[in-house]
Amino acid sequence: MKAKHRFVVAVVVLGLLMTGPFVVTSLLVWLDMKDAERQLLTELLLSRLPVGTMMTVFGFVLGVLVLHYLFKQYVEGLLRMAETLRLMLGANRNFRVKIDGPPEVQQLARAANDLAQQRDELMDDVDAQVAKAKASVEEEKNRLAALMSELAQAVVVCNLDGRILLYNNRARLQFKALAQGPTSVAGGALIGLGRSIFSILEKNQVQHAQEVILQRLAAGKSAMSNFITTTRSGQLLRAQMVPVLAATGSDGETAMSGYVLTVENITRSLEQEARRDQALHSLTEGSRSALGSIRAAVTNLIDYPDMEQELRERFVKVVDDEAAKMSQRLDVTMAEFSDSMKTRWPLEDILGIDIILAAQRRIDDRLKLPSKTEEIEDALWIKADSYSLVFALVFLASKLQDHYEPRELRFRLTSEGKLAYLDLIWAGPAMSSETFYTWEMESMQVGSDTSPLSLRDMIDRHGGEIWYQREKAAHRAFFRFVLPVAMPEVLHEEDERKRGSGRPEYYDFDLFKYSDDSIDLDRKLSDLTYTVFDTETTGLEPSNGDEIIQVGAARIVNNRLLRQEVFNQIVDPERPLRPEGIPIHGITEDMVRGQPTIDTVLPAFHQFCEDTVLIAHNAAFDMRFLQLKEARTGIRFSQPVLDTLLLSAVVHPNQESHKLDVILERLGIEIGKRHNALEDALATGEVFLKLVPLLANQGIVTVRQALEASEKTFYARVKY
Amino acid sequence: MNKKILIVDDEPNIVISLEFLMKKEGFEVAVAADGDEAMAKVASFDPDLILLDVMMPKKSGFEVCEALRANPPRPDLLIVMLTAKGRDTEVAKGLAIGADAYVTKPFSTKDLVVRVKGMLGVA
Repeated sequence: MKAKHRFVVAVVVLGLLMTGPFVVTSLLVWLDMKDAERQLLTELLLSRLPVGTMMTVFGFVLGVLVLHYLFKQYVEGLLRMAETLRLMLGANRNFRVKIDGPPEVQQLARAANDLAQQRDELMDDVDAQVAKAKASVEEEKNRLAALMSELAQAVVVCNLDGRILLYNNRARLQFKALAQGPTSVAGGALIGLGRSIFSILEKNQVQHAQEVILQRLAAGKSAMSNFITTTRSGQLLRAQMVPVLAATGSDGETAMSGYVLTVENITRSLEQEARRDQALHSLTEGSRSALGSIRAAVTNLIDYPDMEQELRERFVKVVDDEAAKMSQRLDVTMAEFSDSMKTRWPLEDILGIDIILAAQRRIDDRLKLPSKTEEIEDALWIKADSYSLVFALVFLASKLQDHYEPRELRFRLTSEGKLAYLDLIWAGPAMSSETFYTWEMESMQVGSDTSPLSLRDMIDRHGGEIWYQREKAAHRAFFRFVLPVAMPEVLHEEDERKRGSGRPEYYDFDLFKYSDDSIDLDRKLSDLTYTVFDTETTGLEPSNGDEIIQVGAARIVNNRLLRQEVFNQIVDPERPLRPEGIPIHGITEDMVRGQPTIDTVLPAFHQFCEDTVLIAHNAAFDMRFLQLKEARTGIRFSQPVLDTLLLSAVVHPNQESHKLDVILERLGIEIGKRHNALEDALATGEVFLKLVPLLANQGIVTVRQALEASEKTFYARVKY
Repeated sequence: MNKKILIVDDEPNIVISLEFLMKKEGFEVAVAADGDEAMAKVASFDPDLILLDVMMPKKSGFEVCEALRANPPRPDLLIVMLTAKGRDTEVAKGLAIGADAYVTKPFSTKDLVVRVKGMLGVA
């Protein structure tokens, strides 16, 4: 019943209460009376009826007024309060009940407000806790990623579908080195977030390892699985799998949600082992025959001293012959296998100049002894255990300081073939080779730091040599460390570092929940995987023989532009460049010569784009070039294509220009270099990521909607 | 009658010593430089004992030994294998395919002589 109705009922009840008892009493008295009495009463009453009626009506009105007042205060007041409370519960947390009305209602309001206050505090606290927890999770993630990226082992984390969630730099380099065939152009596109590990490792083996782990988990054993697999390029990989466990349910039971693979390329170490074996074999078994002949001949010579001269000479010749053969074999074997015999100690590739800088700092720090550098080959990489090498340099410096007090030291780094010469030079009197010999053999010590190694041990571990030499003319001397020169594994590492701002984006844990890789046009723009790309061409008319000369591309996964997973390839157009184009794209004849042709590059690029939506600025232009090659290469780019030029026009229909530079400025994106396919592709990717929320403001959320909106603006633009 | 020994080895430097030694010890000696020649010499020379090198061109010592055991020219032919391979597995193989003794190079010629004499039953 509504409040209004209840009010009406209350008024009626009031009316009945005020008149009812009187009327009923009168009726009962009337029935009991005789006729004369009734007549008398009628006369008495009728004369006084107006007064009675007036009093009744007055009382009734008074009653209604009181009732109305009470209704306003208690019923409607409480209803209002209820509404306010609802508001506080839902829309506006900070709203409070107004304190008015009768004291009881006011008390209730105060109590409600206090309750609300308490709730707000609790909620704030929870929010703060959540934010804190989130931040710490984020921090942990970053720490993990940083740790992973520095690991010397190749690590890949996958979800159960084999999608890569995380990989480290080592893994990238290792798989890059493996890439052969079309993917080897542009640095190999095999590894990437969200990509399948099965393009690198044999699917059956990975799944078998997964099963082994599940079985071991079910049996309550520690779960780990190893396997050795061969890649398509014939390399041997040893992989170790451990599960990523996720707690499920209340019983604390764990389920596998993914796995960590540590992968080691053992091709080289196996080869090395085989070579070492071979060396050993050649030295042992190869020597047996020779030694056998010598021994037999010598025994005969000894046992039969009176044999004929001719025979004796023949036996002596045998000994001479075989001894010569053995020496020769020893030389050959050592020359051939010395590299592999030396590599037992873990040496790293390091820039020689870095060793010298570290040593200079330490010498200045510990010994207060200034040092300078002379001739330095600053691009010379050496194979060294940098810690013990720097320690050895500081050790020698401190020895020199103790015995000869040189004013300063100098460093020199040169090379000759496979050998690097690191010289520690000082001016002063000649030292005896005996002194140096004792220095060489004693355990190294600098102040309170000691090393269990002697200088000789250290140098032996490097497969190197050290000696003392005088430069008489200059009145100075030096210690020369001879160390093996290293071929650095990756040279283009640095420009990649320049390209990526901040920490590398090698991980994406959100992919744990990600499995579907087919392109669903009704998925949100922010959920899809994209390839942003750009091409440089000889000119603007593909139908007139202009050709692609560079393809640059990067991937967007889970709303992040991955600057490490790029495709960047210069293409030989098989025709001369137009001179007027060279200042624009900066690519010269020399640069395209010897590069792969489009027949090689396009399949590789196609593979790089697999299962992604393409994005380009003024996509129609680039797509035209790609499509013209369809017939020749048989490669079709059939995936959906988004155009940032059109999308920009959708978002800002009233802006005049939608050139990439103008958009970059409008959206506040700062880009250093441009007009190189890769840089432009990256810029386009940044633009796209900025456009996604702007499109969402216009209700454009899915790929389908974005394509439709683009189409409309396209026609709108064509009309003008 | 003197016992006959056939020396089969492709390395002349060891053959010369063995030949000299065995002759000095009073054996009748013939020499073969490879597996095929060895098979021919077994037929023509009819040795009591063969000093057989394993690593030879054309036919290895193992093959010669197997052939001789499969189709023995005489039942009491003794075969001593000489080899530069010292692995246990190869010793086992040599004995398994019918060698009576297996000697790894470098060996003591005195011991070899003692052994050969023992096998042939001459003092």
